[in-house]
Amino acid sequence: MCGASSRPLAKGHNTVVETANEHGDEHTRRDFIHIAAIAAAAGGAAAFAWPLIDQMNPSGDTLALASIEYDFSKVALGQQAVIKWRGKPVFVRHRTPKEIAEAKADDHAPMRDPATDASRVKPGKEEWLILIGVCTHLGCVPNFGGGAYGGWLCPCHGSVYDTAGRIRAGPAPLNLFLPDYNFTGPTKVKIG
Amino acid sequence: MSGHSTYEPKTGIERWLDARLPIIRLAKDTAIDFPTPKNLNYWWTFGGILAVCLVTQILTGVILAMHYVPNGDMAFNSVEHIMRDVNYGWMIRYIHANGASMFFLAVYIHMARGLYYGSYKAPREVLWLLGCIIYLLMMATAFMGYVLPWGQMSFAGAVVITNLFSALDQVIPGLGTAITTWLWGGFAVGGATLNRFFSLHYLLPFVIAGVVGLHIWALHVPGNNNPTGVDVKLKEDTVPFHPYYTVKDGFAIAAFFILFAWFVFFAPEALGHVDNQTPANPLVTPAHIVPEWYFLPFYAILRSVPQKLFGVLAMFGSIAMLFAVPWLDTSKVRSMRYRPTARIFLVFFVLATILLGWCGGKEPDDMVITMGHDANGDPTGFSVVWFSRILAIYYYAYFLLVLPLLGLTEKPLDVPTTISTPVLPKGGAALPAGATAAPEKKG
Repeated sequence: MCGASSRPLAKGHNTVVETANEHGDEHTRRDFIHIAAIAAAAGGAAAFAWPLIDQMNPSGDTLALASIEYDFSKVALGQQAVIKWRGKPVFVRHRTPKEIAEAKADDHAPMRDPATDASRVKPGKEEWLILIGVCTHLGCVPNFGGGAYGGWLCPCHGSVYDTAGRIRAGPAPLNLFLPDYNFTGPTKVKIG
Repeated sequence: MSGHSTYEPKTGIERWLDARLPIIRLAKDTAIDFPTPKNLNYWWTFGGILAVCLVTQILTGVILAMHYVPNGDMAFNSVEHIMRDVNYGWMIRYIHANGASMFFLAVYIHMARGLYYGSYKAPREVLWLLGCIIYLLMMATAFMGYVLPWGQMSFAGAVVITNLFSALDQVIPGLGTAITTWLWGGFAVGGATLNRFFSLHYLLPFVIAGVVGLHIWALHVPGNNNPTGVDVKLKEDTVPFHPYYTVKDGFAIAAFFILFAWFVFFAPEALGHVDNQTPANPLVTPAHIVPEWYFLPFYAILRSVPQKLFGVLAMFGSIAMLFAVPWLDTSKVRSMRYRPTARIFLVFFVLATILLGWCGGKEPDDMVITMGHDANGDPTGFSVVWFSRILAIYYYAYFLLVLPLLGLTEKPLDVPTTISTPVLPKGGAALPAGATAAPEKKG
């Protein structure tokens, strides 16, 4: 930057010519100061920017509520409870033997996001289907009892899920997500 | 002094934009090429420092508003939530809270510089008035911001400041009560007051930013004053704003940030009051109420007058004086560098203001000089309230007597003919060729 810009200026100004020659045209101390100052300013700006960005991430009290416990003893056969976990609906569905049989029968049917019914439930607890009730298309809450597969129909854009919560028709790309959960007692489940 | 624009659009896109919105031209003319007196000292860097303070306050304030709840029942806890749970919330809030103090520190230095170097004199009266308006807006914004944490000091502050208007009951019975009721949105300071203060506290900084725009516009018409107070006469009296003053301001801003960071990280509560860690309680007022340090001088003036209405008038009047300064000062000489007598009066004025601040932090019955004890064993002597009275009288006398009369009677020192005269034996004649030939473009 120095050599190219100082030459035209140097015409008729002896002092400038001398200065330029003394330090050479390649690197001057001024270049070093420029680079050092800009680097320090950029580093400082980045260090200051991070807290201003990170403050929008979930706060400590939000993260502290990341797991909940639920007693499902009152969810009768064929019923579904909807509970709130991390601000989202979680379906706790008490499946009938008919629903389970339908889901297993379709295990190898052509599907957009293939999965077996066994992979959607905990071993020995296949009557309990626990899903995050958020359509994988654009986030609406699907309603149970709609659609051609005995499962859920999303009211927003018509995605259809079967009795294992697998996507079967409509625009959604993936099956309903499964939350992390464990059965902590005969009638208790810990989600998250 | 603004001169003609030297911007020449180089590309087709720049030419296209320049013909429609000459924003690059504006930026280059005002922030790069702007001819600035070459003798500005570090007192002149506080304008840039204040701009950075305003940006910092708006940035951190907008962020705090993402987490704060302006509700009488939830405000205090939402501030605790910011301090404990929000990522870096403690840092952002401490920057904002101490940022207010830093802002006032810088603005007081900026104002004192204007008073010393006569920056309010023709043709810069409007520039000065706009600055006074910014200062008023800053005070309103800072006051309302201090109310938002909804602690005991917040609440007491809101009660006292809004009750200043109740003094109008002594002018027209019922007027003051009507105004305070309107301000509060109720029969006392409460949730409705907090909610509207939050709204206005968010609004006013953007109003300040607008007036700052006018302030800079008004600055760029006559150009900067300078330590000699002598008008710029030759091109050799100036240097381009960039890089000379971008670098000088940048260095001063960095140095100022060291002080700022020291408060934020090592003494974040030093300028606060411990009573504000107690949630607001309308049934109890803390034993010792003081405003934030930057309001203490005016608070001391208020307390020094033993009559409600006149106390309030004396306090507002002390700020109103600033607006009249351009017309109170009769001296033809701008810079007090050449006004040896005025300089002494100004030093005492600054000292009086600082001492008024000290008085504001004390109880009125505290003693400045204890001379004995009364029958109850309480100290007697020269009390803070009497000290405040003397200082307040000097404060007013500076504006109403010293500035008008001294300008007519004092004999100033010889004022140089140009900015360069004091430093060049030849009297500021043409400089050696090459010495100012755009050295910013060398190497």
